[in-house]
Amino acid sequence: MATFNLKINGKSQTVDVDATTPILWVLRDHLQMVGTKFGCGIAQCGACTVHLGDNAVRSCQLPVSAVGEQEITTIEGLSEHGDHPVQKAWLEVDVPQCGYCQAGQIMTASALLKRNPSPTDDEIETAMNGNICRCGTYIRIKKAVKMAAENNS
Amino acid sequence: MTLIKTQIGRRAFIKNTSLAGGGLVLGFSFFNACKPKVAEAIAMELEMPEEWYEINGYLKIGDNGVVTILSPNPEIGQNVRTSMPMIVADELEIDWKNVIVEQAPLNTNLYSWQVAGGSRSISSSWQNLRMAGATARHMLKEAAAQAWQVPASEITAIAGVLTHEASGNSAGYGEMASAATQIEVPEEVELKEKSEFSIIGTSRKNVDGKKIVTGKPLFGIDVQREGMLMAALVHPPAFGKRLKSFDAEEAKQMPGIRDVFSIKLYDDDFDKMAFHFTAFNEVVVVVGETTWQVFQAKKALNIEWEDAPDTVQNLTLFGNAMEVKHPAGMENSDSHTAKLKELIEKNTKVSRRDGNPEEAFKNADKIIERSYSCPFLAHNTMEPMNFFANVTEDHAELLGPTQTPEWMEPAVAERLGLPLEKVDIQMTRQGGGFGRRLYGHFMVEVAAISQRMKAPVKLMYTREDDMSQGIYRPSYYATYRAALDADNNLIGFHVKAGGIPESPLFANRFPAGAIDNYLAEDFTVDTNITTGAFRAPRSNFIAGAEQSFLDELAEVMGKDPIDFRLELLKRAEENPVGSPESNDYEASRYAGVLELVREKANWGQNEAGVSRGVSAYFCHQSYVAQVLDIVMEGDTPVVQKVTAAIDCGIVINPDAASNLSEGGAVDGIGHAMYSGLSFKDGAPEQTNFDRYRLIRHREAPKAIETHFVKSDIDPTGMGEPPFPPIMGALANALYKATGRRYYHQPFILDKPPLVG
Repeated sequence: MATFNLKINGKSQTVDVDATTPILWVLRDHLQMVGTKFGCGIAQCGACTVHLGDNAVRSCQLPVSAVGEQEITTIEGLSEHGDHPVQKAWLEVDVPQCGYCQAGQIMTASALLKRNPSPTDDEIETAMNGNICRCGTYIRIKKAVKMAAENNS
Repeated sequence: MTLIKTQIGRRAFIKNTSLAGGGLVLGFSFFNACKPKVAEAIAMELEMPEEWYEINGYLKIGDNGVVTILSPNPEIGQNVRTSMPMIVADELEIDWKNVIVEQAPLNTNLYSWQVAGGSRSISSSWQNLRMAGATARHMLKEAAAQAWQVPASEITAIAGVLTHEASGNSAGYGEMASAATQIEVPEEVELKEKSEFSIIGTSRKNVDGKKIVTGKPLFGIDVQREGMLMAALVHPPAFGKRLKSFDAEEAKQMPGIRDVFSIKLYDDDFDKMAFHFTAFNEVVVVVGETTWQVFQAKKALNIEWEDAPDTVQNLTLFGNAMEVKHPAGMENSDSHTAKLKELIEKNTKVSRRDGNPEEAFKNADKIIERSYSCPFLAHNTMEPMNFFANVTEDHAELLGPTQTPEWMEPAVAERLGLPLEKVDIQMTRQGGGFGRRLYGHFMVEVAAISQRMKAPVKLMYTREDDMSQGIYRPSYYATYRAALDADNNLIGFHVKAGGIPESPLFANRFPAGAIDNYLAEDFTVDTNITTGAFRAPRSNFIAGAEQSFLDELAEVMGKDPIDFRLELLKRAEENPVGSPESNDYEASRYAGVLELVREKANWGQNEAGVSRGVSAYFCHQSYVAQVLDIVMEGDTPVVQKVTAAIDCGIVINPDAASNLSEGGAVDGIGHAMYSGLSFKDGAPEQTNFDRYRLIRHREAPKAIETHFVKSDIDPTGMGEPPFPPIMGALANALYKATGRRYYHQPFILDKPPLVG
C-alpha cells in the first residue's frame, strides 16, 4: 500500500492503495465515484473511459502509480450541471437503452470534440470504435456527437 | 369508454394500510451511509410535496399535485421504466412533467409478472397499468364530487385538474388526494377510449436519461453500503469439470482478503426451476475489502479440478417437469458440428406433417436443399453479473440486476433457510439483459456468501467469469428442402432443425399453413455446456435460416422475394393448410409489414451499387419486416441502411420503440456477422472482448429507419422481434452484393473452402 495524491475533477484526492490498483477501482471503490464503469478489464470495451489531461484513456488499464500530476476527469466532472454539449446532445437524441456504456461513450466523444471540434462521420467512427454498445445505439451516438459538434460551433 | 372490472390484480388497488398515512416512501438508496436527502436524485426539477397520499400500489399523489408512479418491472434497456408509467399517467390524466418514476420492489402481492422476459412487460401489465391510473382518476373525481356536492359524472379530469363547469368548482389532484384515499375502490372502472390517449403514442424521453449521462449511481454494480465486503468467485475452467480441492494459503495472506472458502449452491434434492440453474454448483469464493483485491487474490489460488460424472438435472419450467442430461466429458466445437450433421440424418422426429410431402418430393422436377448453422453465443451484457446481499439471522435484503426477481426469491429463501417473507428483493437499473439475467444463480451465491460472512456483500464477476459461465445461446443447425414441379411451382416443403441441446424449430409458424405438402422435423443433441434463453430464443437463428432459404427459393422460381412471400401469405389467409388455429401467425398482419416495408424502402427502385435484401418474421406476437442495403467498399460490405416495418399493436413510446428497432437490427447484424463462441476441451476459446467479437461503431448500419403499422390492437412484444429477421435480410443482401450465399454464422468466417 502507498499513498497517492490525485487530481480528479479539479479536486485533490488522497488514496492509500496498492500501486497496481487501476484508476477504475480507485474511483469506484475508494472514492465512491461510480459513474465510470467496469466492462472488460482489458481496455477492449471502453466502458471505463476517463480523461487523462485531454486524452480519453481506459481507466481499467491505468495503474494509480502511473498518473502522477496529470489531471483526471470523470463523467461526474465533465460538467457541473450535466450540461456539457455532449451530455445535452445525448439527452436530446435520447441515446441510451440500458445506459451502462454511455458514460464511457460520452467521455470518448467529448475528448474527440476537444481536439477536433468538427469531426467527419469517418473520424467519429474511428474515435468511437473502441467503445462497445451491446444494445446497439451506435447510430444515435453518432447523431449526438454530430449534434454536439454543431451546437458548440 | 370501456368498462373494466377491477378484480384482476385487485390487490394492487386496495390501499396498503402501512403506507396509507402518507409520507415519502423512497426506493432503496445506493449509498446507505448518506441518508436520503428528500430524494435528491429523483427530484431533479420538481418541488417535493409536504405529504404523499398513496392511492394504490402503482401511484402516490403529493399534496402539491406531483405524482409518483411505481414501475413494477425490471429495466434492462427496453425502457419500461418510462413506458409503463406513461400508461398509468395517461389513464390518470396527469401532465407527464409532474410525474416522478420509482422502481417498485418485488412484491408478488401487488404486481403480476415482474419479469423482463418474453417481450411481455407491457402486454402482461397493459390492463393493470391502465386500471391503476383509471381507478385513481375515478377516486379523485368521487372525492371532488363529495366535496362540491355535485354528481361525479359531471366532473372532468384533465391534466391533473378536476373541474365542475356548472358550479365553477376546480381543484388540482393534490388538493383532492387526501380525500381520494378515503374513497372505496370501485368494482369497475371506465378506461379511456384509445383515441383519447394523450401520453400513450407520444415520444417521451428516458426518465433516467439525466442520471445516465451524468454518471449517477443507477446499476447493480454501483451499490455501496457501509461495511460492505466484495466477493469474487472462481468456477471450473471447463464444462465437464468440477471442484476437487483448493489451497488458499497464499491468497489469504494478501492485503484486504478476509476469507476464502467454497460454497455449494444447491443441495442435490433441491427442487429447481429452470431459471435457478447453474453450470457450476460448487465454486471457490474470495471475500475482501475491495474489488481489485479480490480479483488479484483469485489469481493466487491453487485449485485442483476433476472430471464431473454424467448428471441428470430435474428442473421445472412453469410447472412442467424437465429432465436435462449433462453427459460427462470435455466437448469440442469440431465434434459438435459432426454430431449435428450426423443426427440430422438419423434422429429426427416429426413435429408437423401436412399433405403428402414424401410424394411431393418423389414427384419433384427439381429439389433445392440448403443447410444453415450458427455457433453458441454469450449474452455479454455490458454490466457483468453482480448482486448485493445483506443477510442477517432473520432477514435477507438483496439488491441488484435481475430479470426474474419473482422466480429467484424461492431459491434464495430455500438456500438461506429463511421463509419467503423474510427475503426482500429490489431491482436496480440493469446494464443489459438479453436473457442472461433470467438465470439468477448469482443472487443465491451472494446471499450464501453474505450469510456466511455475516456482513453485507457485493459479488462481482470479471468479464472472463461472465463469459465462461455458460447459459449460452445454443448452437443450431437446420436443413431446408423445397420441391418444385416442371413449371417451378412449389409443391413440397421440408425443414429439419436441431441444436445443442434444443431445437430451434417452430413447426407451426410461417410458411406452415401456406404449403399443401409440408414436413417439419426436429432433433436435439445432449451437452454439458449450459444454455439458456437469448434475445428471441430459437427465433434468433431459425428466422434468418428460413428467410434466407425463401429468398433463394424465390430466385429459383423467378419471383420477387416480397411478392413470393405475399403469395404464400395470401394462401395462408384465404385457404390455410391445417386448421386456422394450427398456424401460429396472422397472415394479414404478416403481409401488412411486408407491404409497408416495400413502400417505405422504395423496393424495386434499385440504386446503382446498392444491394438489397429483405426478410420478415413473426415472434412474441409482433411482426417485423426489414430491408437491408449494402454497398461494397472494396471487399468489405458496408450496411448503408435498414428500413424496418413493425406491427406491435399500439406503440406506447414511438421514439423509444424506434431505438429498440435500431438496437435489434444492430444486434442481429453483429451476431450474424461477427460473433461466436467455440470450445476446446470443454473450455470456451473466447473469454473477453479481445477474442470475442461484438459489433462496433464502424460496422453498424449508417442509417436505420423504423415505421410502425398504425394499430388499435393491444400492445404486443417489442424488445425481441426486431432482432431475428435482420439476419435473413443481411444474408440476402450479402448474396446480392457478393454473389455468394452465406449459410453459416458468423458470416465473416463462412469462407469457401480453399482449393488445392
